[in-house]
Amino acid sequence: MNVNNGMTPESPTIAVLDFGLGNLTSIQNALRQVGARPALASSAAEAMAADGCILPGVGAFGAGMARLRAAGLDAAIEAFVPTGRPLLGICLGMQMLFEGSEESPDVAGLGLLRGRVRHVTGLVGGGVRVPHVAWRPLVESGPGRFREGLLAAVREADALYFVHSFAACPDSQGDQLAHVRYGDGELCAAVRRGQVFGCQFHPEKSGPVGLGIMGHFVRMCAQGAGV
Amino acid sequence: MNPQRRLRLIGRLDIKNEFLIKGIQMEGVRKLGDPVLHARRYYEQGIDELLFLDAVASLYGRNNVFQIAEAVCRDVFVPITIGGGLRSLADIDAALGAGADRVAVCTEALKTPDFISEAARVFGSQCIVGSIQAKRRESHWEAYSDCGREASGIDVVRWAQELEALGAGELLLTSVDRDGTRQGYDVALMAAVSAAVGIPVQACGGAGGASHVREVFDGSEVEAAVVGTVLHYGVLDVGQLKGALASQGVPIRRGGASAR
Repeated sequence: MNVNNGMTPESPTIAVLDFGLGNLTSIQNALRQVGARPALASSAAEAMAADGCILPGVGAFGAGMARLRAAGLDAAIEAFVPTGRPLLGICLGMQMLFEGSEESPDVAGLGLLRGRVRHVTGLVGGGVRVPHVAWRPLVESGPGRFREGLLAAVREADALYFVHSFAACPDSQGDQLAHVRYGDGELCAAVRRGQVFGCQFHPEKSGPVGLGIMGHFVRMCAQGAGV
Repeated sequence: MNPQRRLRLIGRLDIKNEFLIKGIQMEGVRKLGDPVLHARRYYEQGIDELLFLDAVASLYGRNNVFQIAEAVCRDVFVPITIGGGLRSLADIDAALGAGADRVAVCTEALKTPDFISEAARVFGSQCIVGSIQAKRRESHWEAYSDCGREASGIDVVRWAQELEALGAGELLLTSVDRDGTRQGYDVALMAAVSAAVGIPVQACGGAGGASHVREVFDGSEVEAAVVGTVLHYGVLDVGQLKGALASQGVPIRRGGASAR
């Protein structure tokens, strides 16, 4: 087994924000697999030293935001984003990019994207199982959105892995890169605003297709750093 | 019925110490080799998820399964569930820390149902899979614990609803009678339970080929099919299984590492 995977001294450093939620081991393993150098970050300084940032998360919106704030990482993100370096929110991490969630009505999100997070049943009707646990193919939410750096390698039949009970509803349709069909409706699957990206699915758990997406994110981080 | 329902194929590996083993109706045991190599092979062939069950956790401690999961996670990028003898929040924390995305809890839930709600509160429902081992009785099924050895006296359908109410995010439903036989799933069991709950249900026990997986998909509302014994000898590989299912119209993800 190649211990270093694809890493070289020139590999971009990707900060994985550590506030105690999410499968950080898998995210780090996936980053190594695609040639990045992962670094767990629990402070603003650690985030600012990186070429890119991943905001992970599994669990409840309220708990996530509380832990993020307690660790001072909301401030870290607010400092990081204006530098123009890429930030990727995964699963709950993507939801936290928005203004708030039905799951925890009194808790403010990061507000980096406009819109709120709603329960799956409210979005696609009854008759579906919750949580939504499935490998599902992405649908482009607008022409050319797969050509955006993050989803450039995704093909029509490629499935990504979803496990969630809530989904984001971006105010601006232009922010939504992709969605999936569930029940009688659609669920937001990926978003972008400037250099802030979000995936509702788990790219670190979606086999080779997911690794491809991680790879594109890493390449964007490398470009930003002039590597 | 959800028009967008899909099926996940889950590869199950039973672990005793450092070996992958084969169980027959949860009684017999045969050593089959290195579980890490098997897991990697299934991943390359396109398995959707992996389930590691510790067959002897209560007797010898369970560090082996965690070590195996850690090794597998380095280059296998699909969801992983660990089960077998998980009795405390610390156990679950350790399993998740080893790289698992979910844990399956059976025996401890029957003993202390509140364990499920506590675990769901701390780790999130999506991390907690309620594992039910079911044995056929005349007109219903009875829930068993301790690898299908101890009868609980509890009706499986009622227990499934209870687990959902307690906060389990998914159910792993195993037919003890069919387990290891390769004679097909207990479709009636899967139908009865999947119709009674609103969370996803995984069918387990008895898969011998694509036709069995198709039968349980068509005959119930399960959203995942667990296959174990049938894969371990290499007679049928994941790619062949998925190809057969896809050609029969079962909505399943295609592609493994070799497909890109």
